[in-house]
Parts: sequence; C-alpha cells; structure tokens
Amino acid sequence: MMNLSQDVAVDTGAMSKIQVRDLNFYYGKYHALKDINLSIAANKVTAFIGPSGCGKSTLLRTFNRMYELYPDQRATGDILLDGENVLSPRADVYRLRARVGMVFQKPTPFPMTIYENIAYGVQLYEKLRRSDMDDRVEWALQQAALWDEVKGKLKQSGMSLSGGQQQRLCIARAIAVKPEVVLLDEPASALDPISTLKIEELIYELKRNYTIVIVTHNMQQAARVSDFTAFMYLGDLIEFGDTNAIFTNPSNKQTEDYITGRYG
Amino acid sequence: MEPIHTHISRQYNAELEDIRAKVLQMGGLVEQQIDQAITALVTANISLGESVVIDDTKVNKLEVTIDEECNQIIARRQPAAGDLRLVVAVIKTITDLERIGDEAERIARMAVRLAPEPRPKNNYAEIHGLGTQVRQMLHDALDAFARLDVEAAVRIAREDRKIDERYESVMRQMITFMMEDPRTITRALNVIWAARSLERIGDHAINICEYVIYLVRGKDVRHTSLEQVEKEILGRPLGE
Repeated sequence: MMNLSQDVAVDTGAMSKIQVRDLNFYYGKYHALKDINLSIAANKVTAFIGPSGCGKSTLLRTFNRMYELYPDQRATGDILLDGENVLSPRADVYRLRARVGMVFQKPTPFPMTIYENIAYGVQLYEKLRRSDMDDRVEWALQQAALWDEVKGKLKQSGMSLSGGQQQRLCIARAIAVKPEVVLLDEPASALDPISTLKIEELIYELKRNYTIVIVTHNMQQAARVSDFTAFMYLGDLIEFGDTNAIFTNPSNKQTEDYITGRYG
Repeated sequence: MEPIHTHISRQYNAELEDIRAKVLQMGGLVEQQIDQAITALVTANISLGESVVIDDTKVNKLEVTIDEECNQIIARRQPAAGDLRLVVAVIKTITDLERIGDEAERIARMAVRLAPEPRPKNNYAEIHGLGTQVRQMLHDALDAFARLDVEAAVRIAREDRKIDERYESVMRQMITFMMEDPRTITRALNVIWAARSLERIGDHAINICEYVIYLVRGKDVRHTSLEQVEKEILGRPLGE
C-alpha cells in the first residue's frame, strides 16, 4: 500500500494539543505504525477506528509512552505535546503520565476503597491536606458523573461497584490528577448499553476541559462521540478528518468499506 | 461508488438491493402513468385515463412500502457513508416519484373529463410534444439512478431548460389564443393545466438527478446553479 500518511495529515481547524510527526513504532522487528502524521485538536474528541491489529491502540499508547512498560518496543519520530517532544529521552515520563491520563478497556479499580482509588494517584503527584484531598475526590467523582451514586459509600471497596460505575471510577481516577489529555482505550466495550451511553455523555462533558482521544471498535460510538476520526489499517493512517465527513462521505475506498461493513 | 454486492452481511446487501430495485419498479410504474395519461388525453380514451387513476394507488402503496423498508434499515443497520446516502436518496426519490404519479393522475382525470367534449383541431399536440419530452427525461433520470451515472444526471438537469422553454412557449401560445378568441378559453386553460403538470414532473425528475449526484459523490447540489454543478461535479462545463 502506498504511504498515505502525509496526505491525511489534515488541518483540523482547531488548536492542536498533540502533533504526531513521522511516527514509526516497532514491536521487536514488527513494524506496527508506519509514518504516522496527524494532529489531535485541543478540547475535542478524536477517535481512532480500524480493524484489530491496525495499530490504533499502539498509537494511543505512544502518547504517554505506555509502551515503555514492555521490552523490545520502540518508537521513532516526534510526538509533540504543546510543542514538547514526549518521545525525547529527556522528557519526564512521570510528569507526562500526569498530563496524559489513560483509561483501559476493562475497568481496573484498585482493590481498595472508592475514596482511596481516587486519592492514591493524587498522592503520587501532590501533597494535599486531608480536607483538600476530600475536595479533590469529590470533584473527580463529580466530573466523572459518579458522585451522586457513591457519595454515601466512599469507604466501600471500588470492586463492589457495577462494571459501568467501575469504569467511571477509573475515569475519575484519571481525572483526579488533573491531566490535560485523557486517553480512552475501548472504554465502553465491556459495558452494557446504558452504562455505555453514560460514558459517552461523560466524554461529551469532559471535552470542555480536556483533550480526549478514544480508541473504539464500535463505529457508531466513534460517530456519536467524536469530532474527528482517524481510520487506520495495517499500521497506516488511511484517512483522518471531520467525523461528519468520514461517516457520510469518506474520501478513501478502504475507509468506506470498513465503516459500511464490506470486504476490504 | 461501487455497486452494492460486497457487504459482509448478505442480508444487509439484499435489503439495500431490494429498496433500489423497488425504486426502479416504482419509477417504471410512474413512467407508464405519464405515458398513458397523455395518450388518454390525445386519443380521448376514457378507460385508459381511468386506469391511470387506479394505478396511482399502486404507486402510493409502493412509496409506503419502500419508506418502511428504509426505516427498518436505519433502525437495524445504522447505515453509514455510501449506504446511508443510498437510503437517504431513496427516501427522497420516492417522494418525488409519488408526486409525479399525482401529476399524471391529474392529467388522466382531465383526459376523462374532456373525452366527450369536442376535440381541438391539433388534438392537444402541445401536450403530446411536451409530455413525450418530460417522460423521456424521467426515464433518463431513473436510468442515471440505476447506473449511478453522475454525468448523465448533470446532462439531464440541463435538459430541463428545454422543457421550461417549451412550457413557456405553450403558455404564450395559449394566452394569444385566449386573447384572440374567448371561445378558446376553456380549452386553453385545460392545456395550460396539463402543461403545468408536465413542467412540474420535469422539476421532480431534476430532483432525482440531484439525489443521484448526492448518492454517488456525497455532494448536495440542491439550490446550486447548473453551471456551478457542472463545474463542481464534472470539473468542466458540459459540452466542452
């Protein structure tokens, strides 16, 4: 396939929070991302879609260098967060992960109380007085639209919540450290439709204060929540643009085939 | 746009093919209505005129059926991109086809009413001429829909200018007749009503052409000048 990445690095028309330039990624010898160029607009929702193995989660994980937790994985190129290259060896990964939070496919509450689930991450970055921490916990749970459901049982285990509530707890935990970007990797794929809609509603609310990037297998979800959509295939960025355009009139045949459920 | 045959879900494929086929079936029926309505008027054939009126219920039923099927597809499949545009284009096309059917029915009712009356010397030649032209235009529009032919759609849109000119000329002629001899007023008015119906059918055919362009290219060209459409869709004025 031709390298289309240069062509699809469209101007999103909004201030960009993250700029990806000539990004290549390798799992050992496997070339998983090929010359990716795109920019993530600030205070917008950008969705990555594509079949399994296309590199969308890999791309998401480069934004906070999550891949470094595993051996033999490396990235080349630039990822500029407000102009600063996060891939630079000099970049502070610790601080990076505070600025770029992440929520995973399966809800992963820590085996501790609801309160502690939120406070735990905050303690790593800030020394807060007890009352300030209480405020922060409430604020994060409010932001994640979970406060009303848990305010009476903050001492209960986070594991006691339903799947949808656990996922919102994880979002609250990610938000509690006041990140600038929130990465969501299939945040609703393990949830029932009502919980899914609550997460989507939350995403809509969150973009006022955060830049959101979401990976999803659910194309209707991408269509519902995102402002911009990137379609990836076999490590290439095939098409990137306004979500309205991608879902009504994609310019690339492969994008059309994928979102309409045809053979590629 | 590719023809629809490569969906992973074969059932979905079949559903999209089905609405497309039904639109063409409805179009065929409507074409026949126009043809018969004009023939009924020109040949004073009462039973033919009545059959057009009866056939209109078939057209209406088809419209409702296709509409329902489109609603089902939207609810169950959440179509996107080309599929979405097909469903939207179909919903719009059948509305225009149904209105064309109504216009044909109007002409047919007039044919039935005028059949026992004395015939004009030229046997409604104006209506015959204009009607043949309009019917061909609708035929071509449906053909462009069937073949997803954007170039043809633009060409047909241009044809409409000729129909408008012909309609204007019929109007001027009738006004002249009426001024010269008031005894021709009834007949002239009938011709004007029929011509007006035909001219409207032409406009509906243009709408169908616009939906074809939307379906294939994803561009909404309604309320855009013909020259602009030619430039945008063909990248050049037609005929160059």
